[in-house]
Amino acid sequence: MTGSLRRLREWGPALVVLALVLVGWQLAIEAFDIQRFLLPKPLDIADTFWSERGQLWSAGVYTFSEAVYGFLLGSGAAVAAALVLARWRRVGGALLPYFVAANAIPIIAFAPIANAWFGIEKGSKIAIAAVLCFFPVLVNTLRGLTSVRPASIELMRSYAASGIEIFRRVRIPTALPYLFSALRVASVLAMIGAIVGEYFGGSQQQLGIIIKNAAALFQFETAWAAIVVACILGIGFYLAVALVERAAMRRHPSEQ
Amino acid sequence: MTGTEHAPAAVSIAGVSKVFERGGTHALEGIDLDVEPGEFVSFIGPSGCGKSTLLRIVGDLIQPTAGSVLVGGKSAHQARLDRDYGMVFQEAVLYDWRTVAKNIALPLELLGWDRRRRQQRVQEMLDLVELTGFDRHHPWQLSGGMQMRVAIARALSFDPKLLLMDEPFGALDEMTRERLNLELLRIWDAAGSTVLFVTHSISEAVFLSTRVVVMSPRPGRVAGVVPIDLPRARTADTREEPRFFELVTEVRELLRGRAGLDEAGAVSEEVA
Amino acid sequence: MAAAVLKRLALTVVVLGALWGLWESYRALWVWTGWTWPFVVDDLTMPHMHEIVSRLWQPAARGGPPLIRPLLSNAAFTAKEAVVGFALGAVIGFAIGVVLHHSQLLRRGFLPYVVASQTVPILAIAPMVVIWLGGKGLPVWVPVSVIAAYLTFFPVTINTLRGLDSADPRRLELMRSYAASRWRVLRSLKFPSALPYVFAALKVSATASVVGAIIGELPSSIADGLGGAILNFNQYYSLDPSALWATNLVAAALGLVFFGVIVLVERLVVRAAPEHVA
Repeated sequence: MTGSLRRLREWGPALVVLALVLVGWQLAIEAFDIQRFLLPKPLDIADTFWSERGQLWSAGVYTFSEAVYGFLLGSGAAVAAALVLARWRRVGGALLPYFVAANAIPIIAFAPIANAWFGIEKGSKIAIAAVLCFFPVLVNTLRGLTSVRPASIELMRSYAASGIEIFRRVRIPTALPYLFSALRVASVLAMIGAIVGEYFGGSQQQLGIIIKNAAALFQFETAWAAIVVACILGIGFYLAVALVERAAMRRHPSEQ
Repeated sequence: MTGTEHAPAAVSIAGVSKVFERGGTHALEGIDLDVEPGEFVSFIGPSGCGKSTLLRIVGDLIQPTAGSVLVGGKSAHQARLDRDYGMVFQEAVLYDWRTVAKNIALPLELLGWDRRRRQQRVQEMLDLVELTGFDRHHPWQLSGGMQMRVAIARALSFDPKLLLMDEPFGALDEMTRERLNLELLRIWDAAGSTVLFVTHSISEAVFLSTRVVVMSPRPGRVAGVVPIDLPRARTADTREEPRFFELVTEVRELLRGRAGLDEAGAVSEEVA
Repeated sequence: MAAAVLKRLALTVVVLGALWGLWESYRALWVWTGWTWPFVVDDLTMPHMHEIVSRLWQPAARGGPPLIRPLLSNAAFTAKEAVVGFALGAVIGFAIGVVLHHSQLLRRGFLPYVVASQTVPILAIAPMVVIWLGGKGLPVWVPVSVIAAYLTFFPVTINTLRGLDSADPRRLELMRSYAASRWRVLRSLKFPSALPYVFAALKVSATASVVGAIIGELPSSIADGLGGAILNFNQYYSLDPSALWATNLVAAALGLVFFGVIVLVERLVVRAAPEHVA
């Protein structure tokens, strides 16, 4: 099968599904005369998206920056903590279940407190995004750092490699796949943290506030248009992390 | 092929060839062999000679490119659907989440046996492979040799007339191997089945079999068949008898001969 | 076995104690030095831990029952929404996973969207969905359950698919040698192989369901759930900070309970070699 034919076979069904959904959506609304403010037609959403693109986009950038800062802060701290805990493996191993449990806490419930601490501007959303990212990245990176096969370590020791060299050449490459899979998840969590954090209080130029206010005023086209922006940014963030992952993995093929 | 005056051959392999589509590997070429019921036939040959492939063709897990296989007079496909054979692989392939008893019972569940009958048969099998009392254990709690015995028990649980074994003891140490060889002979004798046995070990092949089929390097052909005329009741001492050594040498010469020894005596293909 | 449990209990007490110590020492240090970064520390922003805990036993409103009682009923309300959504999402997700496992065509058609939806901040549109569905005259907790179901559905589908695909090819070959039917292979081999993966997804989804339920309650002034309680005590934060903190403690406990239940069920159901449990 030629290359382009194979790609068509691979992606064709997905595109067909997308087309069917969009067309079906448009037709269903017209056919059943669903009131426009409950579920707008895709074309209407596209219209609003275009006409309000300036405001939507700047709000998107603002919210996105909150997510990115939070992501960097939370993931950075998590990686640092994981590196430290990997040195004292018994402590790290004993604490791991607690970090896993901490991951099960609805962090987002602390959003109002973050507002009380940092005010309703960027700071509180960054804080929430950071905390949301912290635990998954910590748990996964720690798991990756400690999952090295003993045989690999023994091999390095037989070469009289120092502790740092073992860390660099064996543990870190082994941990990379774990780290990146966590970072991908964290990118999504950061966006969620930023937007949902804004639901608890924020200023006008934030995407979450636009969604909230538009929904409250039943301006659903605006709300959905803002959601589309959020989705685009979310997917974009995820893909960016995936790209970095691919670049990094090429230079450090994992020890799997 | 099949005579009219006695039961059909347990296994009839006629003109079987196999070329793998992916990679174009020519694994087997023109294999002709008849196996009588009750025989114990070993296949031995250098790596890549297609012996495992041949076994899987008999078991209808791979399709031959040419030729045919009859099992007890039926096509290999029908034999598989009728569950006429039990298969033991190089790894025990047990299900971790089942106890030993439930692992042995797996084919019986598939056959639709009721619980009481299953439990009874599992007990018999455990006794047969001398693992009585281990029914509640999980596979990871057993040694390699014990896991292999469970796999054999499972293969025999539904009384198949034919047993296909693909280097079942290859992963075990020599001592365990020799012990399991004796057990396998005992079980074979008690069950009265026909066995096709693939192995890398010349001494194992000679010790266990009624006939040893020596295969050539890729593409695998039958280089020769050595009938083993050792007495049927074999013991640990059999390995030290002169006739045993003669037969081992005979097999080895056949392997060497077809292994492409050049004038200087160097081996150009890997020999077991 | 009992010794391991005691050890775990002791370690938990130590960890909690250490956290308490960290809280109080951070507080003491920041109050003493007057540092304002990252945030100002005083009785309002960081009440003493014992004040927060004891607040639970003080009345919620003047002359009413201790705070913990209405909080627990709030938690129960939110829990109900989360459980219904979680169960629905898990069952549907599993079923769809099985279907996609068997049909390459459907898989190619729908899997990209299932995967992509995981990258979309679904939680962000939760309040919108609640408002949207709330106008239809359904009981108020239904849209919230829908959100919880949605959050559970996608990870369970993906992991079910991955788990079913992960069946050992040698075990599959064994099943073929038994001429086992497709349903038999599913039941005896593929489902057990998929269980660890499914439980990994369920653990994530359990938390997500609770979070989704809390967030979903925000816009609709549902006073009965934890989301409503958070909004309520947020309003009075300057007067009564401990109440909001106490509410958060209860929310955290709810998340932990959900998670703990799944872990327990996993331990009972997944009888695999210890190193195979995610």
